[in-house]
This record gives sequence, C-alpha cells and structure tokens, in this order.
Amino acid sequence: MINQISVFLENRAGQLADITGTLAENGIDIRALNIAETSDYGVMRIITNDSEKTMEILNGAGFIASETKAAAVAVPDHPGALAEVLKYLAEASMDVEYMYSIFSQLEGRAFMVIKVKDAAAAEKLLSEKGIYIAKQEDLDVR
Amino acid sequence: MKYYQETAECMPREELKKLQDEKLVKQIKHVWEHVPYYRKKMEEAGVTPDDIKGTDDLYRLPFTSKADLRDSYPDGLLAVPKSECVRLHSTSGTTGKRVLVYYTRNDIDLWEDCCARALTAAGADENDVCQVAYGYGLFTGGFGLHGGSQKLGCLTIPMSSGNTDRQLQFMADLGTTILCCTPSYAQYLAESMEEKGAGGDIHLKAGVFGAEAWSEEMRKDLEKRLGIKAFDIYGLTELSGPGVAYECEMQQGMHINEDHFYAETIDPNTLEPLPVGREGELVFTSLDKEAFPIIRYRTRDICELSAEPCACGRTFLKMCRPRGRSDDMLIIRGVNVFPSQVETVLLDAGYTSNYQIVVDRVNNTDTFEVLVEMTPEMFSDSLGRITEMEKDLVVRLKDMLGIQAKVRMVTPKSIVRSEGKAVRVIDKRKY
Ligand SMILES: [Zn+2]
Repeated sequence: MINQISVFLENRAGQLADITGTLAENGIDIRALNIAETSDYGVMRIITNDSEKTMEILNGAGFIASETKAAAVAVPDHPGALAEVLKYLAEASMDVEYMYSIFSQLEGRAFMVIKVKDAAAAEKLLSEKGIYIAKQEDLDVR
Repeated sequence: MKYYQETAECMPREELKKLQDEKLVKQIKHVWEHVPYYRKKMEEAGVTPDDIKGTDDLYRLPFTSKADLRDSYPDGLLAVPKSECVRLHSTSGTTGKRVLVYYTRNDIDLWEDCCARALTAAGADENDVCQVAYGYGLFTGGFGLHGGSQKLGCLTIPMSSGNTDRQLQFMADLGTTILCCTPSYAQYLAESMEEKGAGGDIHLKAGVFGAEAWSEEMRKDLEKRLGIKAFDIYGLTELSGPGVAYECEMQQGMHINEDHFYAETIDPNTLEPLPVGREGELVFTSLDKEAFPIIRYRTRDICELSAEPCACGRTFLKMCRPRGRSDDMLIIRGVNVFPSQVETVLLDAGYTSNYQIVVDRVNNTDTFEVLVEMTPEMFSDSLGRITEMEKDLVVRLKDMLGIQAKVRMVTPKSIVRSEGKAVRVIDKRKY
C-alpha cells in the first residue's frame, strides 16, 4: 500500500499553484496527482516521495490535508488489462471510489492508484490473481 | 476587591432614581444652552428644559440618530469650547462621514471609571497584568480599557491588535492574566496558541471581550480553549466607548452604568417606550457628560433590560447581549437575518465561528452565501462527504433563518480580518 495525501481545494485561482509551488520549494516530488472537483471546491490527491514531510509542509502552510492508504497496482501493457483488474474487484464487491495513474513507469509497466475502502484486502486479492502490486521502493515513495 | 465603586454600583434603586433625575435636568439644560442643534430639535418638538423634571419626562424629548451625528460633523454637537477638550475619538465610518466624539478631562475620567468597574467585575485588581489587544487609535476599544486598567492599578500592556506572535510571547513572558480584545481576535489568538503549542506557558484567568456581536456558544468555546472566564462588555463610541455596560461574575447580562447613562427600550416601529423586560431597540441618554452629551440616542441594538436583583449585589439594571443590530441586520428576500444566528448554527454543527456572509442581487433576487472555514477534523477525502456537510448546514440554516442559503467551504484563515475584526458580512447589493 502507498500513502496518499488529500488536500482541500477552494476553487480560487492560484491555489493549486500555491500548493505545488510550496511542495517544490521544499524538495517534494509529486509522483501522482488527481483532482476531483465540484463547481465550488475540490480535493487534490497526491502521492509524493515523502508523505510524512508533505503533511508537515502542508499543515504548516495552513492547508487542510489528510493521509489515507491506497493500493498501487501494476497494469500489464496489453488491451483489456485494466478491465480485468476492475473485474476482479467488482466480483469481490470492492467498490472503487476513484483511481488515477502514476506518472512514471517501471520496466514497461504502468501503475494505477486505486482507492477502495480496504486497500490491504484489495492488494491481497489482486496479488492472488497474479496482478503485480507495487512496493513503495518500486515507486520511490514513502 | 469585588466592586470598583461600591457606592454607585450598589446604590439603592430609589436613591439612584433621584440621582438620575437631578443629573438629567442638568444635562438637558446643558445641551439647551450650549448645543444649538439639540435646542432646535427640542423647539421643534415643543419641549423646553422646564418640561424635564426627571427621567419620567424623558419620553417627551426627541431621539438622536446616527444621521444626526453625521450631519453635525465635525463639531456641531460639541457642548463646550474646544479648549476644554482633551481627546477625540471616532466611529469607524464605513459609510459616509465619521462621527467625531469629544472628551473633557472629566469625560475621560468617567469613561475610565466605567471600564475599571468592568475589569473589577471580571475579577481584576492591582495584582493583575492586563493585556489590551483592542486597536488603539481613533477606535475607543484600546484607549478605553487601557485607561480603566491603569486606573485600577493593573500592569497595563498597550499591545493593540495584530502581531499575534508578540501577543503570545508577552502573555507568556509577562504572565498576562487579563486579556481585553474583540471576541473574534480572542479566537484567533486561541487558534494560534494551539498551533504553536504555546498554551502551557500562558496563564490567563479572564477575558473582557466586546465591540462586536458574539454568542453564548462562542463564550463557552473561548473559555475552554483559553482556560478563562470570558466577560462581555458593551459600549458605543457615541456614548463614550466600551464600559457603558459590563458583565459581573454571574455572567447573565451586563449591568448598565446607570449613574452615567439612562437606558430605555423602544419599539423600533412606533418609537414608543417599552416596559423593562420587553425586547426592543436600546436608547441611551448620557447623564453627566460635558463635551459630548447625547440625548435619547438610538443604538439600533435590539435587546431587553432586566430589573431582576443580581446575586453580585449590584443594583444597576442589566441588558442582555444584543440579539442583533439593526445596522448588522440583513434583510434577505424579505427575511431578517442576524449574523449572530448564522454563528450559532455553525458552532452547534461543530465548526469554528469563522464565517462570512456574502449577499448580492442577481436577476432581482437576493443571493445569500455563507462561507465557512473547513477544519482539519471536518475534512474528508471524499467529495460526496463534503457536499453532504454543506447540505447539512443548508438545512440547519434554513431551520434557523427560514431562508435557503448557499454554503461554501473555504480554506482556514482565508476569511479576511481587518484590524482584528472579522469581516462578517459583505453586502454587494446596490440600492
Ligand atoms: Zn451582577
């Protein structure tokens, strides 16, 4: 499992630039990013090279952030691979709340961050089905 | 020390009435002789000083409104030569001309007595260290409490508002026991204290908070977070400043300094005086001011007076915390909305009282938006959950106010504070 950080976003011009700028100044690398929004506000989810430090920086700068666990799953590079992963989860009645991809690839494999209620259970299930689960080292995150 | 001026504060009611009658007769003569503006208004109403034999005749006198004060800018209501004045203060004139208020040496003395009474009622004496974090300047908050605190013999720290780090530093290093500021600034200080983990070095025992509307919920919140007893203080620059009324240890309404200010409540529509105990607009008459006497001043504050004997021993009438201010009162889609009601809803639902109301008119319909600061405890990763929170607040606001609001969550500390006073209402409607 990997640590995901969610940040509350007001739909105000420049706020996203503020956050990413603050992180960059402090040497934080963003490995994956996803934004969900309504017309009034949004939630930014990020995977970074150092989640603990990221939380400290964001809290210190007055942003509202929380940390959760998510599954990081390798999706083989062939048609229908993602559909297969999702089918396994659906069969086990594990609802996918949202998912997004990780920027870098490893040995030709693309990785997805998948958010379900119980990340550990999802990883175990997919692993049993022969799907590769990324380790923190694979992605250089913690 | 329990009272600052026991003879006055605990005077038997009959004696107080006699004192008020005597003072009022003199005060009316004073304005008749020295303020042409008041004289003209009295003449128009067909009243002369001879008609005023005591407070029972007060109803015959015309009211004074904020507009009267503005019209008299800069010195139309001044009742003594300027050479006798030693100080000037002013209301924060957000619209139009400011109201300038003058003080003689005796006026300052009287005002500082009132503030010293308030601080004493909050438990202060000469052993206390009193940090005055109201703004200093034309605003009366800083100088009023400063004067009262110094008169009482407290070690008085004239911090003014702002510079939060230094406020906390001084509280810790100087052992501040009494904090005087606006309730919203007290809340800001509490937040900063929690963030910095500075609470352990700070040993406040009481807070004297005023100059803006706050609620019982906010009192509880401040008392818990700052480890103090929080006292309300009431005043208007037009009357002198803070200290017109003050809370005692019973914390159930504010005693009015009736030896200096005569209070009435009136029906704001018919302008008829109401009996004590009935809710109405508060009207004050100064009884012994020299430079800037004021007759039947309509405060726009809606509240009620209480004549119930108070366990603290003071005999002065008490006023409740104003339910709202007609200056603050917003009429949105025909419904009266007081910002304090919005605050009550937010605190009940577990939010902080940092909010802002934005009213506008789009296509001839009033829009009513409430911005609420998100808190770390309330934040959820799920958009759906945040939307539910907003919906829940909309329902709660509708229950309280009877109209539909749009609620929007914003990041903490993003709501503008000006000179320590939170900007609660932005009304963009053009009339
Ligand atoms: Zn009392």
